[in-house]
Amino acid sequence: MTQEQKKLICITCPRGCALVVTVEGETVIKTEGNSCKRGVDYATGELKDPRRMVTTTVRVKGGVHPLAPVYTESPIPKPRIFDLLAEVRKIELTAPVKFGDVVIENVLGTGINVLASRNIPAKSETS
Amino acid sequence: MADKKYDVIIIGAGVVGSMVARFLSRYKLDILLIEKDSDIGMGASSANTAIIHAGYDPKPGTLKAEMNVVGNQMFDQLAGELNFTFERRGDYVVAIGQEEFGKLESLRQQGLENGVPGMVILNGADVRRREPNINPEVSGALWATTGGICDPFGVVIAAAENAVVNGVTLMTDTAFQDFIMDGKRIVGIKTNRGDFMSRWVVNSAGMYSDMVMHKAGLRPEFKITPRKGEYYVFDKAEITINNVLFPVPSATSKGILVTTTVHGNTIIGPNALEIDDKEDRSITREGLDEIWQGAVNLVPSLSLRYSIAEFAGLRPGGNAPCANPDVKYNKDFIIEIPKEVEGLVNLGGIESPGLSSSPAIAVRVVELLKGAGENLEEKPDWNPIRKARPRFRDMLPIEQKLLIENDLSYGRVICRCENVTEGEIVAEIHAPIPARTYDAIKRRTWLGTGRCQGGFDTPRVVEILARELGVSPLEITKKGKGSEFLVRPTKDKEVE
Amino acid sequence: MLKKKYDVIVIGAGPAGLAAAIEAKKTGAQDVLVIERAQELGGILQQCIHNGFGLQTFKKDLTGPTYAQRFIDELAGLHVDTLLDAMALNVTSERHVYVTSQSSGFVELDTRALVLAMGCRERTRAQIALPGTRPAGVYTAGTAQRFVNIEGFMPGKCFVILGSGDIGMIMARRLTFEGAKVERVLEIMPFLTGLTRNYVQCLLDYDIPLQLHHTVKRIIGNDRVEAIESVQIDEHRQPMPGTEETIPCDTLLLSVGLIPENELSRKAGVALDPVTGGPFVDEEMQTSVPGIFAAGNVVHVYDLVDWVTQAGLLCGRNAAQYAITARKHDGRRVRMKAGENVRYVIPHILDKESLAESAQLLQMRVTLPIEAPVWVEVMNGEERVTRKAELYVRPGEMVNIDLPQSAYDAVQRASELSVRVVRR
Repeated sequence: MTQEQKKLICITCPRGCALVVTVEGETVIKTEGNSCKRGVDYATGELKDPRRMVTTTVRVKGGVHPLAPVYTESPIPKPRIFDLLAEVRKIELTAPVKFGDVVIENVLGTGINVLASRNIPAKSETS
Repeated sequence: MADKKYDVIIIGAGVVGSMVARFLSRYKLDILLIEKDSDIGMGASSANTAIIHAGYDPKPGTLKAEMNVVGNQMFDQLAGELNFTFERRGDYVVAIGQEEFGKLESLRQQGLENGVPGMVILNGADVRRREPNINPEVSGALWATTGGICDPFGVVIAAAENAVVNGVTLMTDTAFQDFIMDGKRIVGIKTNRGDFMSRWVVNSAGMYSDMVMHKAGLRPEFKITPRKGEYYVFDKAEITINNVLFPVPSATSKGILVTTTVHGNTIIGPNALEIDDKEDRSITREGLDEIWQGAVNLVPSLSLRYSIAEFAGLRPGGNAPCANPDVKYNKDFIIEIPKEVEGLVNLGGIESPGLSSSPAIAVRVVELLKGAGENLEEKPDWNPIRKARPRFRDMLPIEQKLLIENDLSYGRVICRCENVTEGEIVAEIHAPIPARTYDAIKRRTWLGTGRCQGGFDTPRVVEILARELGVSPLEITKKGKGSEFLVRPTKDKEVE
Repeated sequence: MLKKKYDVIVIGAGPAGLAAAIEAKKTGAQDVLVIERAQELGGILQQCIHNGFGLQTFKKDLTGPTYAQRFIDELAGLHVDTLLDAMALNVTSERHVYVTSQSSGFVELDTRALVLAMGCRERTRAQIALPGTRPAGVYTAGTAQRFVNIEGFMPGKCFVILGSGDIGMIMARRLTFEGAKVERVLEIMPFLTGLTRNYVQCLLDYDIPLQLHHTVKRIIGNDRVEAIESVQIDEHRQPMPGTEETIPCDTLLLSVGLIPENELSRKAGVALDPVTGGPFVDEEMQTSVPGIFAAGNVVHVYDLVDWVTQAGLLCGRNAAQYAITARKHDGRRVRMKAGENVRYVIPHILDKESLAESAQLLQMRVTLPIEAPVWVEVMNGEERVTRKAELYVRPGEMVNIDLPQSAYDAVQRASELSVRVVRR
């Protein structure tokens, strides 16, 4: 099998090391340019199964704001991000929303929940 | 609409048109004031140096000289009646170096010829005492005590509002297209919103006054050339120049000023660049550099670090020869009832000192109509007073407290830099000439003009406008149709 | 119900203000009031819905609202008064505060100690003198963020972003998530001004091009932005003729820097540092006016909220102690100065006795990036007081160094200490 070099920037810490990763198929042969061991872990993960935490908003009916911020409980596979955003776009919550409320359970079958980032109190009748 | 017949239609609600409307509203006349833009005073009237000139600058014998000096003297009474901000704090023509000092006396002589009172020549030490930030090489200054500063849009809105309250009909978003003629007689106008019939039409179309008179077949050689002037505005907390400082003028321009405004900000500018596009108010790197060079020559300690805004205004420069053939000058105002047609009061080339001249021009229009046989009868109930609405930031704490006790919406500050309250915004939205756009509110309340330039208030103003006008925030604009702030809800289902 | 006199009044309920109020109360201040101009607590964190907050404070990767929620919940349990949707109009050097709000009207309050925590504001197109027309569609990144995340409206469909600060990059991703097109991010400097991490996960991940050494030459469009003209910048920050490019877009977002918000500080007579734009502060976060303290972005612009919280806690603790004991400095102080490749050092002034109690944290920003190992050195003239190694320094990331208690003797000899960052 042929070896191939891939360039990555490690985002584990703010330093942002420029990594050169040598891969053979799915296997990481060598990681260079990293300043610490976490760079190797990052390269392996990023090439095999890149994941990102996703934060966005979801509509809320009757709240002090029309939207509630939400986040994925843990990082989701990068290729599924826009599918997730489409799912979230379909949802409308009803105020009050509580911090930590599960907005979508097991989103896209990933086993990961989408949770509310904060409280959105109901809009009081008087205001 | 066409069966209704007005006595007077005024084309253009800049400072001249608004002032004419206000002075004519005194008489039993049915008046229509039309404005092509979404708000009044959006042209030359609101983007300028905000100075009520003393009148030493225009060439003697011209209409500019005459109108300027007469207009200047009307401003105290007018500011009292219409409640706009006007401060007669005098202005200075500052000579840097000995050569320039010699020119001050000829400027003073010109002023005397124009009938300007209260001019004094100061020596360099006098000037330094009055303005410690001045270039230390100052050799002297012509101090014109009758010079003043104002809120120029404040003048326009005050005049127009007083006109409206006294029965004038204002239509915005209404653009003149052509005259309706009956032989030599003008009987009405065509606009984008239909035809309107009238016995008289006043051309106060400012930048487009050439186009309007050409439609009547008048003065085909007359041409308005836009002259762009750019400005820097400084943070009032950082830079304080308390005076109006002109350089010694050149043959073509009054030069680049360093001046204070009634809002407390120092501004510098303008340059004078002749352009083709009558709507091009863009600012340019070169223009800003030019005014910067000019300004630091007067006040070297200025720092661009404290600039909070830049803007450009257009002056409608004309090419009309002076009516007096003995005076060699070809950029004079046109103020006439031309003989070629009937029913037209023709104003044109009203550039600087147009703001200073505007009340005098309005009075001249009244005289011209009388001279043309109009029997102008005064309305018994004409009210010359236009009350100002509360301006929170200008109030003492005790006044603020009382204002809020009376109406809690004045307790909610929407613009943090200029301390403009919700109460003020709502009042402008429901005023006799309603503010329907962000910029309209900005011009009236001075909201969004401070350090953060609307960063904080914009979402709040959009919300208030939508609520008060009963429309979606998506319909709220910066300055009329096509300038909407927002394009769709964040969670629009349509997004692919 | 508001009281007439407080022990500690905090102006601003962002992360600095919340931390200060909580810590002031915990330190023993009886009556604490937080004044906030928004309708809710949390400040700008409420619109920063992205994650990346709290790694230092909570060892967790939290979203902005979640980070804020933790402090809001803690404050709620402490019986701290809050006045929301309220504007502090004026503050005197005697700590007399004028506040107005729709709910409570115009009120005057007194306080034993005052904490300024107004945060910062965004630089505007005017402050960078951006040429061109003045249409709708030019927003600071923060204003756009508020529209998108809080108000629920998109301010445009097709964006160019000027400035590679963190807010700009985060908005690039955010707008992409909501179906907008981000054509490009332009940065006038030859380096990224935000965190590299954000470059990767906000721009690279979504193929949003970044052009360093580029800026906006002019804005085009009368009513609404129709395009911008970009231009490359040479080494002397001058536009290079012939490199202009017209990029059609309907919105220009600006992420061109933050400025501490100090209008009230000025009214109170607080001396301001022209370099940071914020008050001169000592190691207690006390300003030049006794009893007036300052914390967070009002002092200088931080890179991480965790540091803001820490400054808030420090400030709240000292404000409470001042309120309780009205203790004063004996005047034996040393000035901190910015040396080679350092823009500024916080605190500006250090009580010589402060090292007797604990080590003191010095925070600074460098002027230029050095992508190589460096020493951060605290010097008393030619004498080195302490130093610390860093693998690199960048203007976008704050540099911290502890002045250890062991430096006590060296500090007693000094009237001024300078901090420099040099290559190893």
